[in-house]
Amino acid sequence: MAGMNMISAAQRFHAYANPARFMALSARLLMPLAALTALLTGAGLWFALAASPPDYQQGETVRIMYVHVPSAWLAMMGYGVMAVASAVALIFRHPLADVCAKSAAPIGAAFTFLALLTGSLWGAPMWGTWWEWGDARLVSMLVLFFLYLGYMALWATIEEPVRAARAAAVLALVGSINLPVIRYSVVWWNTLHQPASVFRMDGPTIAPSMLLPLGLMGAGFTLLFVTLLLVRMRAEILRRRVRNLRLAQAGGAGEV
Amino acid sequence: MTRAFFALLARDLRLAVRLGGGGGMAVFFFLVVISLLPFGIGPDRELLAKVAPGMLWVALLLAALLTLDRLFQADYEDGSLDLLTMGLLPLELIVVAKALGHWLTTGLPLVVAAPLLGLMLNLPGEAYPPLILAMLAGTPALSFLGAIGAALTVGVRRGGLLASLLVMPFYVPVLIFGVGAADAATGGFAGEAGRQSLLLLGAVALASLVLGPLGGAAALRANLR
Amino acid sequence: MTISELSLSVRDLACERGGRLVFEGLSFSLRGGEALVLTGSNGAGKSSLLRQLAGLLDVAQGVMAFEGGDPELSLGEQAHYVGHLDALKPSMTVMETVSFWRTYLGSIPEGADTALEALGLAHLADLPAAYLSAGQRRRLSLARLIAVPRPVWLLDEPTVALDAASVARLVALMTSHLGQGGMIVAATHLDLGLAEARQLRLGAEALT
Repeated sequence: MAGMNMISAAQRFHAYANPARFMALSARLLMPLAALTALLTGAGLWFALAASPPDYQQGETVRIMYVHVPSAWLAMMGYGVMAVASAVALIFRHPLADVCAKSAAPIGAAFTFLALLTGSLWGAPMWGTWWEWGDARLVSMLVLFFLYLGYMALWATIEEPVRAARAAAVLALVGSINLPVIRYSVVWWNTLHQPASVFRMDGPTIAPSMLLPLGLMGAGFTLLFVTLLLVRMRAEILRRRVRNLRLAQAGGAGEV
Repeated sequence: MTRAFFALLARDLRLAVRLGGGGGMAVFFFLVVISLLPFGIGPDRELLAKVAPGMLWVALLLAALLTLDRLFQADYEDGSLDLLTMGLLPLELIVVAKALGHWLTTGLPLVVAAPLLGLMLNLPGEAYPPLILAMLAGTPALSFLGAIGAALTVGVRRGGLLASLLVMPFYVPVLIFGVGAADAATGGFAGEAGRQSLLLLGAVALASLVLGPLGGAAALRANLR
Repeated sequence: MTISELSLSVRDLACERGGRLVFEGLSFSLRGGEALVLTGSNGAGKSSLLRQLAGLLDVAQGVMAFEGGDPELSLGEQAHYVGHLDALKPSMTVMETVSFWRTYLGSIPEGADTALEALGLAHLADLPAAYLSAGQRRRLSLARLIAVPRPVWLLDEPTVALDAASVARLVALMTSHLGQGGMIVAATHLDLGLAEARQLRLGAEALT
């Protein structure tokens, strides 16, 4: 019985979000989303770079945080999207799920890289070095970056999409189970070696004047993620159509 | 003959770019090995700075080894290698083209990535120029000496591991002189030692440019016929 | 390729693989315009003989003399060898593959189209080899024969994976190659119906 239910649920899924319908829907959503992204990010940047006061401790460098924090947030959210989509792909065999997971990976990796880069730039004046192993957040972010790269490498290596999707989904799920363990071990390792006073990225409290730009940037980056995800998913669907056409070309018109 | 040489080189570069494997994977490996290091020995900045040149070289060496086993194996498995030997290009030049392709798609990207990883290990600023220079001189030697190992193990099961074991001893001089060049700059030795290291490294590299193709071609001949 | 008379004579050839004597005392001669069809049971040494002729396998004993071609080049450098493996790269397109072999084997960069036409692959020119069926892969492998003119063709079971129409196409190409004074040594189970074909049965005496 449960199996029957599952099948019908899966079929319903197919009916609601088959690739053709997705293409039509996403085409309509794309422009408004892009416009909203530009608006929110633009406003956020204005507040972050011009209309908010410098920090009394960190000075102007605090402005890096307005890019760093949302990037770090999306780096994690990207992995979340990837893991959930992978689970859906494995369990329900939803045709869009592995497209979504595959498309989310490079975007998540890009945000992770941005978080690492801004963290390093922020660290340079604070720590006097470009990279500080004493910061558990930054180091965890680096490990996350490796997970993304491994995931993308797996997709790139396996030629056949169905097999690649299966393998990549397993990797993403194993990764998502492992992430907390990795994070915990990094923090533990860090406290073990902690020099007395490392200046932390998060700081003690966030002043109210920082909340508005941070919130705007966060919302803007999230929308940017969604927009890019849609664009990449559309590209991936088209890429698979091209692949199928080529296969048909080789098979159908073989013996002229 | 020149045309055939460049056709082969262009084909190898094209394949490397399309597969995305090779160089990208090696750089990724390099990055991961270097990042694991502080977890092993602790985040102490002075300590990391001290071991940085050596670790960068060792990790670079391992990354180069990792991609070596496909150098001839892929062409051997699909039958291309047979046909390549039936062209007008001497076997030695085939080895040169393959090794050069390996250096361009693996060695060079590794050298480009090295300074970034140097930052992560807190490598002092004055060590970068000699380190990069040494890596630029040394990585071709890795590809050309590695070609011998790859040629010796072509067609052998689990040849990749064997190739690494065979080639490792040949990499010792490259490692010693390569690290020497960077160490000298950070004040380990007198400045003269650094210059010497670089010159010796250059000599090793030049010798390998000759030895690699000759040895590789001989090994291929022995293995294929 | 010149019309001047080609001749290949093999005397007392022996082949040894892994310490086992595959065949010995093999002699035959072949002239331009003639085809030699190798037959014999599995393991009789058909493939080994072809690889020896191509210079891919050491000759344990005996002499191979090829005359009438370019005296500067070895037999292998004037021959095409089509073995069991198709020697294709999945990510390279049909056109790129033929162009590469054209440049590499013959130093002729342009004009791969005729070879694709001859093998019926023109409409697949831009397709990566990964998408091809087994028969199409084989035809792409055979396209080398046309793309780079070489006087000697060494074919090891060239008809494997080919359908009837493609076999007929191959036979036509072989006939035309012979007509231009070229020579062919082929191992095949199929009777190709070549007009000038002579037979060489391997392994009969090795059974003793």
